[in-house]
Amino acid sequence: MATSEENMTGAPAIPRAAAASAKKSGDTLGTIVLAVLVIGAVILPFASKNFFIFQMTQVMVYAIAILGLNLLTGINGQFSLGHGAFYAVGAYTAAILMEMQGVPYGWTIPIAGVLCFVAGFLFGLPALRLEGVYLALATFALAVATPQLLKLSPFEHWTGGVQGIVIIKPDAPFGLDAVLNPDQWLYFFTLVIGLFLYWLARNIVGSRTGRALMAIRDNPIAARSMGVNTAVYKATAFGISAMFTGIAGCLGAIVIQFVAPDSFTFALSVALLVGLVIGGVGWLPGALLGALFIVFIPNVAEDISKGLAGAFYGFFLIAVIYLAPQGAGGLIRSGLARVKRML
Amino acid sequence: MDLFIQQVVSGFATGGIYACMALSVVMIYQAIHHLNFAQGEMAMFSTYIAWQLLAWGLPYWAVFPLVIAISFVGGFAVERIVFKPIENAPVLSHIVIFIALFAIFNSFAGFIWDFTIKAVPSPFGDGPLYPGAPIGTHQAGMIGVTMVVLVMLWAFFRFTRMGLAMRAAAANPDSARLVGVKVSMMTALGWGMASAIGAVAGVLIAPVVFLEPNMMLSILLYGFAGAVLGGLTSPAGAVLGGFLVGIIENLAGTYIPVIGGELKLPIALFLIVAVLLIKPAGLLGRRTVQRV
Repeated sequence: MATSEENMTGAPAIPRAAAASAKKSGDTLGTIVLAVLVIGAVILPFASKNFFIFQMTQVMVYAIAILGLNLLTGINGQFSLGHGAFYAVGAYTAAILMEMQGVPYGWTIPIAGVLCFVAGFLFGLPALRLEGVYLALATFALAVATPQLLKLSPFEHWTGGVQGIVIIKPDAPFGLDAVLNPDQWLYFFTLVIGLFLYWLARNIVGSRTGRALMAIRDNPIAARSMGVNTAVYKATAFGISAMFTGIAGCLGAIVIQFVAPDSFTFALSVALLVGLVIGGVGWLPGALLGALFIVFIPNVAEDISKGLAGAFYGFFLIAVIYLAPQGAGGLIRSGLARVKRML
Repeated sequence: MDLFIQQVVSGFATGGIYACMALSVVMIYQAIHHLNFAQGEMAMFSTYIAWQLLAWGLPYWAVFPLVIAISFVGGFAVERIVFKPIENAPVLSHIVIFIALFAIFNSFAGFIWDFTIKAVPSPFGDGPLYPGAPIGTHQAGMIGVTMVVLVMLWAFFRFTRMGLAMRAAAANPDSARLVGVKVSMMTALGWGMASAIGAVAGVLIAPVVFLEPNMMLSILLYGFAGAVLGGLTSPAGAVLGGFLVGIIENLAGTYIPVIGGELKLPIALFLIVAVLLIKPAGLLGRRTVQRV
């Protein structure tokens, strides 16, 4: 685990030495911060309104999706502008299984995960030959085409066509519904899955597989000559990443209680990418910060001006990139390094 | 057979739109080696400026060069103001800035000119080219203008010092700087030119698809498909690719039953992925070889 911290923070463009010097203090500090966050997260739903709980659940859902994207981009160095497609696959899996097959919602999550892993792995195979801008382009096309693919008439029987599918919100089980309302229950449900997936992501990064993925990111040719099967690892990275994002989509569908083709437009893929960059590429906890940005900043922009909401959102984005070109992760890392130097 | 020929010809006409857009995609790729996802929105904004000038009563052939000039200055300014300060930021940060520009242009266009559909007149008239022709005078004019732009672009890159400097700056910035090319200025000029060509594309496309803030997203995707098909490094390839995309789209819509009208965008996706897998350099593009 200790080594994973160092590798995790070492996104390509960041000097290794700085990351290494921040490692030790970052480790204990990281544990404390994580503990405080978890305690705060447990208290939160008892101290706020249902709508805010709903929003925070959405933040966690997006954080999971961004975590998946981070594994692909930050750890393995592959771009994706099309993760909205995998999110959509997860969401539709949940909706179709729950409403048409009567599968309990808890079971839809592993099923969506497996399905998205397969989908991601398969998309990752042709993506093997694409690098940088070409991969961005192929995934961009995937993102733009997703709503139309979902509207296809041969699948209408399953997907409900343009109308989409309405999902019934689950109640808290095991008699917990006396204590928790459905919003609070879904919040905790998402929180537990999110923590589990975060733990999983950290362990993947720290494992042999994670090291292989990072080696491919840093120098594919050297990695290959060290005996890393780049093709298999890159496709697997796509699969794992799609699995995380698909699980997020599945949770998202249950939380929002509705899926329709037009919820999964290019804008969704873009939002995930924005969250990734704002949080910090290659820094796993950044997913949460990125998710907070993409859930709340559009609302802030809308409060400033209804008509120009998009423009203000754009200005915020540019401002954040100017202030922190490496995202929040880079900002925190350089801040820690500076504190360290002063001590 | 008649149906086939007719579909090919009308595909050729739509292909003109994509060829225009693909040309500006290739232009920016030559200058910065990125694909600008805000390109379509910038072209849309230029088209709105043209519409506004026309609405104020300026004659068409005065508006056309004026809009190109405004777009050139605009593209140049965007590079200087927005991208110059973050030259050394990672690629993904640049992509996020593209997204930010996308949102800003889209939002401002909707705010200033609202979201209702506007008609832009065509300078070439809107009848068929000859009685019963599947291709209109406007489409023919559009294809003609695209060809002229293509030839001018080719001559610029091939014969002028500045074109050479620009290619050098994009291909190898460090070496170009050593021989005295102002690399950062070349990038800004590339932005200006891409924006100007985008304006030409937008103004020519608008009479066909109508003007509204979201008109460009799918056209940009076809433009990307055309550029990839023809080769991202080759302007002539981009134009050829644009026409081919138009024709393939039309034929697939006619002969493959499931596709019809609803699967048109997935065709672009399919084309992009297929070309990148089979011939990543595109039809006329040069293979890039990387030194290890």
